[in-house]
Amino acid sequence: MNLLLSLIPALPLASAALLLLYGRHLTRSLVTTLGVGSIGSAAIVVVLLATQWTATAEPLRVQLWQWFSVGSFSVDIALYLDQLSLIWLCTITGIGFLIHLYSSEYMAHDSDYSRYFAYLNLFVASMLLLVLGDSLLLLFLGWEGVGLCSYLLIGFWHQESANGAAARKAFIVTRAGDAAMALGLFLLVAEFNTLNIQELLAAAALQWERGGTMATLACALIFTGAVGKSAQLPLQTWLPDAMAGPTPVSALIHAATMVTAGIYLLARLNGLYTMAPNVLFAIAIIGVATSLMAACAALAQTDIKRILAYSTISQLGYMFLALGVQAWDAGILHMMTHAFFKALLFLAAGAVIECLHHEQDIRNMGGLRKRLPVPFWSFVIGSAALAALPATAGFASKDLILLRAWEVAGDGTWLWGVAALGAFITALYSFKLVFVVFFGEAKTEATHQPGWRMAVPLIVLCLFSMVGGYIALPLADVLPLPSHEPAHGTIAVISAAIPIVGVFVAYLLFLGRQVSVEALTHSPAGLWLSGFWHGGWGMDRFYALLVVMPYTRVARWLRNEPIDYLVAMITGTAVFFNGVFGASQNGRLGRYVTVMVLGLLLMFLVLVMGVAA
Amino acid sequence: MSLALFYLAAAVAVGATVLALTRANAAHALIYLIVSLLGVAVLFFLLGAPFAAALEVVAYAGAIMVLFVFVIMMLNLGEESQREERALLNFRHWRLPGLLTALLLAELVYVMGNSVSPIPSDAVLPKQVALTLFGPYVLGVELASMLLLAGLVGAYHLGQHFLARDRGYNN
Amino acid sequence: MDTMLIPLEHVLVVASILFALGLFGLMFRRNIIFMLMSLEVMLNAAALAFIAAGAHWQQADGQVMFVFILAIAAAEVSVGLGLVLQMRRQMQTLDMNTAIRLKG
Repeated sequence: MNLLLSLIPALPLASAALLLLYGRHLTRSLVTTLGVGSIGSAAIVVVLLATQWTATAEPLRVQLWQWFSVGSFSVDIALYLDQLSLIWLCTITGIGFLIHLYSSEYMAHDSDYSRYFAYLNLFVASMLLLVLGDSLLLLFLGWEGVGLCSYLLIGFWHQESANGAAARKAFIVTRAGDAAMALGLFLLVAEFNTLNIQELLAAAALQWERGGTMATLACALIFTGAVGKSAQLPLQTWLPDAMAGPTPVSALIHAATMVTAGIYLLARLNGLYTMAPNVLFAIAIIGVATSLMAACAALAQTDIKRILAYSTISQLGYMFLALGVQAWDAGILHMMTHAFFKALLFLAAGAVIECLHHEQDIRNMGGLRKRLPVPFWSFVIGSAALAALPATAGFASKDLILLRAWEVAGDGTWLWGVAALGAFITALYSFKLVFVVFFGEAKTEATHQPGWRMAVPLIVLCLFSMVGGYIALPLADVLPLPSHEPAHGTIAVISAAIPIVGVFVAYLLFLGRQVSVEALTHSPAGLWLSGFWHGGWGMDRFYALLVVMPYTRVARWLRNEPIDYLVAMITGTAVFFNGVFGASQNGRLGRYVTVMVLGLLLMFLVLVMGVAA
Repeated sequence: MSLALFYLAAAVAVGATVLALTRANAAHALIYLIVSLLGVAVLFFLLGAPFAAALEVVAYAGAIMVLFVFVIMMLNLGEESQREERALLNFRHWRLPGLLTALLLAELVYVMGNSVSPIPSDAVLPKQVALTLFGPYVLGVELASMLLLAGLVGAYHLGQHFLARDRGYNN
Repeated sequence: MDTMLIPLEHVLVVASILFALGLFGLMFRRNIIFMLMSLEVMLNAAALAFIAAGAHWQQADGQVMFVFILAIAAAEVSVGLGLVLQMRRQMQTLDMNTAIRLKG
């Protein structure tokens, strides 16, 4: 069992190393076998491990070696398996394998084929290390690793400078969060002198007082890291621009795995967060605000991938809302179902884009229902799950979140209200997408159908998007779950009905045309609003003003080398005195003698004074 | 008696020096300087140093000053040089040197003190000088001889071209 | 010799005056010959001081120093006059203010 656990991150890592070093010299089929096969075999190992391990169901710790030891502080490279990490393992390797298979066809015509798979495998390896890490430092290593791979993959087609800029933006924004997280880790080390997660949880329960400053500070800092990585307010600006990368990358990294790292972190450290209720409340507020904001922004987008990107941000907001109200199981369930249907939607979007020769603007699409049946049904099922229509996976998880939010004492009503409004808008934009792209008259012709390597993952994910919500997650041993069932009655009915209303409104606006969309969007308020939402609530401009402009101003000023002036002043002084002393040497002997006599006189004067005194 | 002689000789020496340094004609200045040295020789004799007095006359005034005279004659400084010198000898050039010198002199005089300690009039004879010179100071004698050798070589070398060119010798 | 003895300080004062005069000449005159003459005056003044001190202490050391000063003066004068000749040859003048190539 120990060997199996160690194999899981090792297989993708070895494959990545091989592909990075020798990828260019290998044949394409070999690269595919390595790249896709490593994740596939990791998935098989996960299944084997799961069957073996659930028999005992004791947390499994495999220590590989000691990383370093400084004084009394030491960190081990150790892998830790329990139900929480097992859920993530299944998701990462399962969806990862499907996406790798899909990529082998999507990227088939690309010249940097091996580099792509090398980076993608490295990403999976880092993500696995992140969820398997026994120590927060190993988790942070994986955290940084996925950040790096995200940068490499967003800027994969680096010949276009816009892609490089998007990659840089993603890296820098997440870096801001990572810096805060590092501070949080330092605080923890200062407090407890260990970064081993289990030790931390035990020590925090004993040492910290509920709601104390240390707990609040450390938890808030670590949460800031999660904010960056999971694209919540105010660090969400990087995710829409990250769509510059290849679509399978967007599916894997920015929908199913990397952005869920923040959720994993908070769930893993739940023992710390229960000691800081203020932070949890802040998490809930940020989550619900982000979800509403992103949903509105998604409504005004025209690029198919950007709609899905804002949709991801919005759904992540729901997950954070769940964690904030301490409905841990709801948040994790939503993570899993979201991974299914968001990956499905992204892959289907990729199929559409590819079959339409890289057309991404939805205003140029239409009537693809008959031409591309597999993507069409994938989109329908995926959007239904996204909108949380009943009988889909999304329904099970999102409804659970809404009901748990309603139960919160005091703030439950308005939390539920905002979340419900977000759900309405989610249904609106997701079905707007379906109706605009797949119904109506065809504006661009589809040149070919997706092959089996793209269609099979889509079909598998469709299946999971429908039944995945009913997988019972065995989290009772790991997380403090709420003891009672969620609310029934009218509120449950209303929560279930809202998405249906949303779909109906979307039908009215975009398919049946009973209500004119143009009348709404071209009214003065409508124009301003759609422009504002299209630009992501002006956050890019806000950051440009706050951060980018002062920074570039300072950089430009520093180009004049002001520090050099200080050094130049020293040389200037020396040169000045050189001039002065040079001028005093006029070469005339008589003058020299006079000056000597003067000096002699002065010396004598001093002596005489001394003698007199 | 010797006190009066002392003041007289001192006056001669100082006066002659002043005249020497303010002449425009180099030859005249040199002659005055020789007079000054002779006055100083008298001072030496009065101080009980007859050997030093003799040396002053024979070596200093008799050899070194004569060397000066030879060189001046050789340089053939004519009327123009005298005129140049006179042009330079005006008051505004000696304001600063004069001031500094006066100050220095004032300090020196002040330091020498006001007490009066008389010098015994017994002479220190040449025999004693010779014994001291070739006794404890014999190293100095050797060094002085080396110095004179260096001076000899230097002077010969520096004067060589001048002489050759002047006399038309091929060298 | 009679019994009136010469005060040491007076001799030293005379020596100082001679020294000061030599210094004055060195600063004031521009002709190199006169500068050399002033140097001789200064050396002579120093010799006078030595002799006076030797006579005061009744030791021969004063006169010994005088002999050395004499040797130094001789060597210096011979080399100095050689330099005078060279200067006359190179620059056709004996003005010290023309020999300023080492300025700055």
